[in-house]
Amino acid sequence: MLKHLLIAWFLVTPVSGLANSAADSLIDSMTAKNQATMDRLQQDEVQRLCSKSRAEEGGSDALAATREQAMKRIEYPIDGQYLGDWASGAKVASNGRGLQYSDDPEAPNGGNCYACHQLDPREVAFGTLGPSLTGYGARGQSEPVIKYTWVKLWNTHAYNICSHMPRFGAQGILTEQQLKDVMAYLLDPDSPVNQPIDVLNE
Amino acid sequence: MKPMMSGLTAMLAATLTMVVGAEQGVFDEYRAMMGDDNPAIFVIDEGEEYWFEPAGPNQVTFEQCDLGLGAGVVEGAYAQLPRYFSDADQVMDLEARLVFCMVELQGRTREQIHAKPYSLRGDLGTEMEALVVWIAEQSSGTAVAPAQDHPKERAMYSLGERLFYYRAGPHDFSCATCHGQADKRIRLQALANLSTHEGAAEAYTTWPAYRNSEGLVRTMGWRMRDCFRQQRLPELIMGSEASVALQMFLAVNAAGADMAVPGLKR
Repeated sequence: MLKHLLIAWFLVTPVSGLANSAADSLIDSMTAKNQATMDRLQQDEVQRLCSKSRAEEGGSDALAATREQAMKRIEYPIDGQYLGDWASGAKVASNGRGLQYSDDPEAPNGGNCYACHQLDPREVAFGTLGPSLTGYGARGQSEPVIKYTWVKLWNTHAYNICSHMPRFGAQGILTEQQLKDVMAYLLDPDSPVNQPIDVLNE
Repeated sequence: MKPMMSGLTAMLAATLTMVVGAEQGVFDEYRAMMGDDNPAIFVIDEGEEYWFEPAGPNQVTFEQCDLGLGAGVVEGAYAQLPRYFSDADQVMDLEARLVFCMVELQGRTREQIHAKPYSLRGDLGTEMEALVVWIAEQSSGTAVAPAQDHPKERAMYSLGERLFYYRAGPHDFSCATCHGQADKRIRLQALANLSTHEGAAEAYTTWPAYRNSEGLVRTMGWRMRDCFRQQRLPELIMGSEASVALQMFLAVNAAGADMAVPGLKR
């Protein structure tokens, strides 16, 4: 009996003496603070599958199944209205706060779109981790364009598994109304995103 | 319409490149103008005072603290960290090692040391920040050479690599989300690809650094903690396994590059 226990101990204890997994290591290395609770360290399926270097990723069956699952779980607006107010969407796009332990949990979350994307061509402080979305409205407002954009914002992995972009709808980062406002910011012809700079007059 | 749009887009892109280039250029100019005059020098002096000041219930200095090159040897010590210490049976970065010496030599409590290791905005700086920058400065010009001989040192690198790609939290961020590609930026902030030698060297050799925006010296451990805050994860404990592992990942990737500290950051 003792012998079996010893063998079992050898089997489960890593030689290194370090925590078994990245998750265990983080749990040992962190303390919950304000809204940043320890349960955030546990991964869901998308996070687990996408926690590899790009070279290791690849088209496995698990990735394809997870992508399909993401598509099945998209929630569309019940009222069928996809476009809100672009001016409110502009605020969501610029706001980088929300869900950090240093943020006010009562204040609305931002989408922080500008951290990674170019949108309004007059804004010079835009990031480049994602593609430029300036002039996005040129795609028009056909049903496929609208639904594609909604899905991309709700859960980017439904199209592009292991994309770097957050799942703004599926993870509850933005409310349905905020998503509609961002939709308008992207697609409304009057939105500054779709108003080119008049280089000669400005 | 289309060709005109793309013409405008091209002109716009050129204008933006100039604007962004100018932003970076101004700071580079400022950095060049400052030369060796880094405001961190005042904090460095403070660090030296802390090192030689008897402290804790035992009222001893840090002179018997072994940073890896023997008791009291500070020159070149930072560049060979993190490393395995047999007295602690652990791989440690500088912060973990200083905590060890504060507890074992000076008799201070972990609770007290961890109560506020890093400054908040508007503070004048902490003992830990001063000690780290004084010690690190004495590795300036020395090549980064973290130990990778002991199995625990290699395990620490491998854990650091896994942590680097570990996505979690409401935003699904990992370190690699922002630091896994070359030539990208967040807003105007340029990002280094920390999985490559060049990117890791650029980052690792310039911390600890004086941050102009905060008027404070910040350590590599603080930088790790602040990245996790932005990842929407809980607060990283100074000198913890994950903090040491990520710094080992960076240090090994940066190995061979010369330390250039204290850095001067925006």
